[in-house]
Amino acid sequence: MQFPSHLKYTKSDEWVGLEGKVATLGITDYAQSQLSDIVYVEVTAGVGASLTAGDPVASIESVKAASEVYLPVSGTIREINGALPSDPEGLNKDPYGAAWLVKFTPADPKALDQLMDAKAYEAFCAGREH
Amino acid sequence: MPYIPHTDREREAMLEAIGVKTVDELFADVPAQMRFPRLHLPEPLSEIEALNELRELSEANLETLHTTCFLGAGAYNHFIPSAVQHILLRGEFYTAYTPYQPEICQGTLQAIFEYQSLIAQLTGMEVANASHYDGATATAEAVILALNQVRHRKKIVLSPGLHPQYREVVRTYMQGVDVEIGGDEAPANLQELQERSRADSLASRVDEATALVIAPYPTFLGEVEDLAPLAESVHRKGALLAVVANPIALGLLKPPGEMGADVACGEGQPLGIPLSFGGPYLGFFATRQAFVHKMSGRLVGQTQDTEGRRGYVLTLSAREQHIKRARASSNICTNQGLMALAAAVYLSQMGKQGLRRVAELCYHRAHYAAERLSQVAGFSLASRGPFFHEFVLRCPRPVAEINRFLLDEWGILGGYDLGRDFPGLQGHMLVAVTELNTREDIDSLVTALSELPEKGGLK
Repeated sequence: MQFPSHLKYTKSDEWVGLEGKVATLGITDYAQSQLSDIVYVEVTAGVGASLTAGDPVASIESVKAASEVYLPVSGTIREINGALPSDPEGLNKDPYGAAWLVKFTPADPKALDQLMDAKAYEAFCAGREH
Repeated sequence: MPYIPHTDREREAMLEAIGVKTVDELFADVPAQMRFPRLHLPEPLSEIEALNELRELSEANLETLHTTCFLGAGAYNHFIPSAVQHILLRGEFYTAYTPYQPEICQGTLQAIFEYQSLIAQLTGMEVANASHYDGATATAEAVILALNQVRHRKKIVLSPGLHPQYREVVRTYMQGVDVEIGGDEAPANLQELQERSRADSLASRVDEATALVIAPYPTFLGEVEDLAPLAESVHRKGALLAVVANPIALGLLKPPGEMGADVACGEGQPLGIPLSFGGPYLGFFATRQAFVHKMSGRLVGQTQDTEGRRGYVLTLSAREQHIKRARASSNICTNQGLMALAAAVYLSQMGKQGLRRVAELCYHRAHYAAERLSQVAGFSLASRGPFFHEFVLRCPRPVAEINRFLLDEWGILGGYDLGRDFPGLQGHMLVAVTELNTREDIDSLVTALSELPEKGGLK
């Protein structure tokens, strides 16, 4: 299980990486392994949409479950990963890389500090394994 | 045997355990006058007496076996091969429900799979679901699909030529949803209705905010038009096109899929389902593979088990509550299983050539009827352009009066009074002709109408 140290994490298993003013959002290695084979991805948020923390941005279905991906902090959607709908299994293979979901500009970049770091998230995941 | 599992003693024990004396006390919070309404039921009857009474009631009904029916307007009197009813009544099939653990009923799933495959072929679409309640609800589901597929657009354009009840049901389904439904404002007269139902007129209503255009095929008035140019202009604007089709007409006409429709749906009643005073009917719904995740209801698929044997499973129900929980966008937990089976048996009995023959008979007899009826003094054909098996007859008198005369004096069930739905169309009758209307039936109608008494001579 991978927990890259440069990313921030949420309790609903999203990761966020900030580069300059633009943040990238995806689902974690833990999330993809729990979902197992992912068969469908749809980014439901439109480019340019200003969303509030907790708004859904994408919908993911695997052979086991259907789940939503939420924006962890308020911000404006800048770009969506157009390659995902035709390659949903990419989320299983490379959740921290090619299979990012959206790029957005956080309304307040400092809000990201409230999220978990890799260590805290790893411990959080370990606490759920029982 | 009534299913009453508890004995009086068990009931007493339960009452004692919860600390009340009588069952009545459990209803103490319901006002006394609301508790036991007087039903004024008659005395009990013996089985012989009950059957006699029911027979008398049923014989008081008018049904299409004992009358000549020219009434359509969305529900049609077609021949139903005997095999349909026979197979429906078999114990293995005779339930309206898809089982809750569907895979244990391989026969039911196979029947649904066959139904889906036949509907997909008939409509020329890539995928069809396991069915809906009726044509109107299937049409409303097309709206939900479009709003979820073409996100961030809020406009739905309805053809004014779409069945009036379907337009109402679409609005009922969309109550409370942030969506703007238009295009079907009441027309002042027949000509306006016909013109605004045309493809080019619908296309002019589409803009960058439009998610879906719904076009009937044929229209409520029976008129048919190639919808391919409409599909093209709708797609150019980034919207979707749903075609509400008559399935019998598809035996003859170009299928919606070939014209570029994104959804093909409609009323499946003409496919082996009796008129039955309005139901149960069948909503068929087909779309493109690309939209399958936005399709309501469920989809049965064919697969193989671990030993390589053919089997059927519920493959997808992507919008449903048991999958999507709080974010479900559909509440079709079941399908119209028995009626879907009827349609599947009907279509397989008819075959491709048989269905074409039914459609041809409808078409030719309707055109014969239109030609003969338009020659009756005072009556004229008001349909413009090609029509399938229904046409508009302009009448010299109120349609209700004419229909009363036809039924009382000739035993003929006349056409639909269009003035009931369109105030501007008083005196216009929608006449439906199917393969069950013989040439003699049509000639009788012509004779009857030519003997229509003078004004004031009608009851």
